[in-house]
Amino acid sequence: MLKELFTKTKKKKYATIPSETAKQDVPEGIMTKCPNCKKIMYTKELVKTLKVCFHCGYHHQMNSKERIQSFVDSGSFQELNKGMVSENPLNFPDYEEKLEKDRKKTHLNEAVVTGVAEIGGMGVVLAIMDASFRMGSMGSVVGEKITLAIEKADELKVPFIIFTASGGARMQEGVLSLMQMAKTSVALKRFSDHGGLIISIMTHPTTGGVSASFASLGDYNFAEPGALIGFAGRRIIEQTIREDLPEDFQTAEFLLKHGQLDAVITRQELRDRIISILEIHQPGGSISWQEI
Amino acid sequence: MAGDLEFEKPVIELKKKINELREYTKNTEMDLSSEIEKLEARLEKVEKEIYENIKPWDRVSIARHPERPTTLDYISLLFTDFFECHGDRLFGDDEAIVGGIAKFHGLPITVIGHQRGKDTKENIRRNFGMPHPEGYRKALRLMKQAEKFRRPIICFIDTKGAYPGKAAEERGQSEAIARNLFEMAGLKVPVICIVIGEGGSGGALALGVGNHIHMLENSTYSVISPEGAASILWRDASLAKKAAESMKITAPDLKQLGIIDEIIPEARGGAHRDVNQQAGEISKVLKASLKELSGLSVEELVDNRYKKYKLIGEYSSLNEYIGVN
Repeated sequence: MLKELFTKTKKKKYATIPSETAKQDVPEGIMTKCPNCKKIMYTKELVKTLKVCFHCGYHHQMNSKERIQSFVDSGSFQELNKGMVSENPLNFPDYEEKLEKDRKKTHLNEAVVTGVAEIGGMGVVLAIMDASFRMGSMGSVVGEKITLAIEKADELKVPFIIFTASGGARMQEGVLSLMQMAKTSVALKRFSDHGGLIISIMTHPTTGGVSASFASLGDYNFAEPGALIGFAGRRIIEQTIREDLPEDFQTAEFLLKHGQLDAVITRQELRDRIISILEIHQPGGSISWQEI
Repeated sequence: MAGDLEFEKPVIELKKKINELREYTKNTEMDLSSEIEKLEARLEKVEKEIYENIKPWDRVSIARHPERPTTLDYISLLFTDFFECHGDRLFGDDEAIVGGIAKFHGLPITVIGHQRGKDTKENIRRNFGMPHPEGYRKALRLMKQAEKFRRPIICFIDTKGAYPGKAAEERGQSEAIARNLFEMAGLKVPVICIVIGEGGSGGALALGVGNHIHMLENSTYSVISPEGAASILWRDASLAKKAAESMKITAPDLKQLGIIDEIIPEARGGAHRDVNQQAGEISKVLKASLKELSGLSVEELVDNRYKKYKLIGEYSSLNEYIGVN
């Protein structure tokens, strides 16, 4: 007993805890740390697995460029309305500076990229929200670009596919932001009444006004594993109901269980499964039920 | 053998005896082939007698056979590219009903069906194939989707009934069933319903308002389970066998009553004896139905459904009536 006590004291007295800055100081670009399993890996390797952690399956955020590269037929994407940029309609302080900063950081003009593309040889109109620009928040430009994309799909008679990633409405554009929910929904309704196919793929995070409009209006609503999806923020709900919420609250899996999603689809399977759905919805060829 | 049914016992016993004799001749010099032949002839006769005079209660036990093929078995054998869609977009995903899109002979369809489990674990997950309102609302969501994209709808019916529970009542079990009957009546695409196991009451009918209704030879379709009827009528659930005889719940009964269109033949002893053959039989009938119904216009399809149900029901009238006046 006593001996054991003495030997224990010989061990290091202090644990060495790396400083907070050192912990996060994995060189940007070369290495990436998985926020879920905390393992560090080469970014190059991670890109090869479509940014899905090969230790724990965590889906790292993808920007719009990476999404296009991994999802559509190579070279088929043609961007629409790429020059459209936001005004500062409410003269909101610092808004223009923030937009300019994000434009420089992301090389994007706004939080959504839209375009015409092919997937498995089938034509689609695609809208991809990019959370790296103003948290993917929806202002007039996001609403307008998505609406124009829906109209394009209607005109070309091809499916409309949207990848959502958004913190919600853009505060700096006030009620104009709110109205983009209605604007995009009105466009989707007309497209749907014309028989248009709508596929929504919710990625991390899809919240607020975006989740309460086009993200939820797909003929098929899918999500990536672990994505945060919900209307009100977790903190607001906890403060309102004065209760702790379950850990999986507002995750893709939680939504599937509660009837809000058709399926949760991993990034590796996504392209093939969307192709399978597109094939089923291709306008009838020469064969008919009379001939089977 | 597990899963053998009561009425099949004579057949099973004869088979056992034949096998025993065969084993015996293998190990000894004795020649028993004449005995074996005799027994085999008898087996043939007994089998014919049993399976050709199959009683309603025997069909109930075949329909409830634990190994009877389920909706997902038939989906995998009949269709390609099945993509399951979950959730009613309102409350939850009820795994007692499965549904999704698929292809039949290369053409798109929507398929929906009750889904039982095959073991205890799966049965708990699927609530023994007894849906809650969210199951029926998921089914309706998929039917509306099929209508939008002009795909025919195929429903497989296989349930003891809608789940009788507290939560189900709170969420409007009656409304969910009623809504399906109402909305299915107006669907602008062909709807084909096939009873593959038990068709239990309103819980079955909520997937059952179609242009064509077919039943597998040994399936049942009734207003209540034989046990339920016996307990209501005679306050004794053990009289289920008697209730089954009088309730007219078998495929031939329903055909005679003019409720169903086709009886789909089963392998001798039940669909579970040969699932592939059964899928083949279903496929034939399904093809014929789709060919016929795809020739109809939207108005004709809805009208055809209206007339089909308008014709069901029997009544007569009396001349002597004093009336309320």
